[in-house]
Amino acid sequence: MIRALEVVATGPLALVEDLGRLGYAAVGVGRSGAADRAAYLLAGRLLGEPVGRAAVEVTLGGLVVRARGSLTVVVTGAAAPATVDGRPVGHAAPVHLPDGAVLALGMPPTGLRSYLAVRGGIDLDPVLGSRSSDTLSGIGPAPLRVGQVVPVGEPGAGGPTMDVAPVAAPEGGRVELTLLPGPRLDWLADPRALTATPWTVSGSSDRVGMRLTGPALSRGERWADAELPSEGVVVGGVQVPADGQPIVFLADHPVTGGYPVVAVVRAADVDRAAQCRPGQDVRLRWAVAPR
Amino acid sequence: MPSETEPGLVRVLPCGERALLVEVADTLTAVALARQFDHLRAAGGPPWSDVHDVVTGERTVLVIAWRLTTMTELRPAIFESVSAARLPVRELGTGGGQTPEIVAPLEIPVVYDGPDLLDVAALTGLSPAQVVDAHTGAEWDVGFTGFAPGFAYLVGGDPRLVVPRRAEPRPRVAAGSVALAGPYSGIYPTDSPGGWQLIGRTEVTLWDLHRDPPAVLRPGMRVRFRNVGGPP
Repeated sequence: MIRALEVVATGPLALVEDLGRLGYAAVGVGRSGAADRAAYLLAGRLLGEPVGRAAVEVTLGGLVVRARGSLTVVVTGAAAPATVDGRPVGHAAPVHLPDGAVLALGMPPTGLRSYLAVRGGIDLDPVLGSRSSDTLSGIGPAPLRVGQVVPVGEPGAGGPTMDVAPVAAPEGGRVELTLLPGPRLDWLADPRALTATPWTVSGSSDRVGMRLTGPALSRGERWADAELPSEGVVVGGVQVPADGQPIVFLADHPVTGGYPVVAVVRAADVDRAAQCRPGQDVRLRWAVAPR
Repeated sequence: MPSETEPGLVRVLPCGERALLVEVADTLTAVALARQFDHLRAAGGPPWSDVHDVVTGERTVLVIAWRLTTMTELRPAIFESVSAARLPVRELGTGGGQTPEIVAPLEIPVVYDGPDLLDVAALTGLSPAQVVDAHTGAEWDVGFTGFAPGFAYLVGGDPRLVVPRRAEPRPRVAAGSVALAGPYSGIYPTDSPGGWQLIGRTEVTLWDLHRDPPAVLRPGMRVRFRNVGGPP
């Protein structure tokens, strides 16, 4: 029997993601991949799968899938309440779906992105070595649609060895993110404004970046009218465009940018940034005070 | 965080835990340095074996590593590489000799019938035919990418061809359009919006996701355009 997930409902956005594609930045293709990499990796470990199998990144719940064939799945990341054929099942706990069983994800109480991983991995065609959907370049699998039958690969040897992972849910209140200096920190009139400002996550945030709103950051006099020659940027980079409202780059960030990157969010905190919801409060703080 | 300055105007700037941004004087130097870094990666050995991406910018090279621990070794390695490279700027472009490993330039046939050819002629004070001669007369270096997957900024061309972008970008520019903006030339790899001055078109497929690498033009390569039609 062919093993697959039949999509009954997608919720706001359901994308196929894995660890992304490395080594293509020189030709303008970014890494992409799971926005909350830690949650995605946990899902693979819970299933006893080799690292890097593709999973479904579900934004704000709402995904409903029917199992074709016998499947073992797990949901990590934002703790979307999950049911199988109407009965609640645990979060970050592998669960068996018999053929025809329906798994439904509700709205998570906190966080933005849940990961539905399945033993064998999502088996859509890879593009440039990855099954990640890159929303910026349009490379990789299209968002899941209702009625789609998503093939599942062959499970590796082994399997789940744990019943549940007792991990904390994404924070619901104010989130603190730790910064390291970026290459253009000196472009800010007052670098302290970054950490002194109470920021709010904007509704226009997406996988490209978490956009923050607050009092505009102003440039130093020396750089007031300067144009930054386009330069490479990294995930977690805090870019300050002309309007002074910073963007924290997430998985689908552009490879290069023409606005100054003044700081970089610590790698471990990028996953937490990817779970921040619009309207949530964010504070930035330096890992080490600059200068 | 203080930035280090080396003789030869190279600065290594911090860029989080796993990357360093090397700032140089101009695009040709950035291209030369990125090529040097790529050679070191290909040769293997720490810390370069841990570098997963080298991103050339207009005046920068971004070096991204897998591990945090690589960073302490990477900074001195970059300076060592900069000194060893002696930044062979004059060996790139049409201005001087060539480094031995450079292969023949990739020839790109172009029909010079772009909608902005007359505007470019007016902006440069050249005739359309002289624009084409200038565009085909020099070898271009693939400098850096950006804007869209597979879009390469070609540098080192004829300095008379420096033109501004169009005031009103076009909502759609066809794949294969050959264009000018600032000191750069470029070829649109896919249909996309664009504000560059379009002077011609090529049939060469520059971007194919079923190919690895998907881009025909990669940093460090050289390009020569050949006139196969036009101006009208």
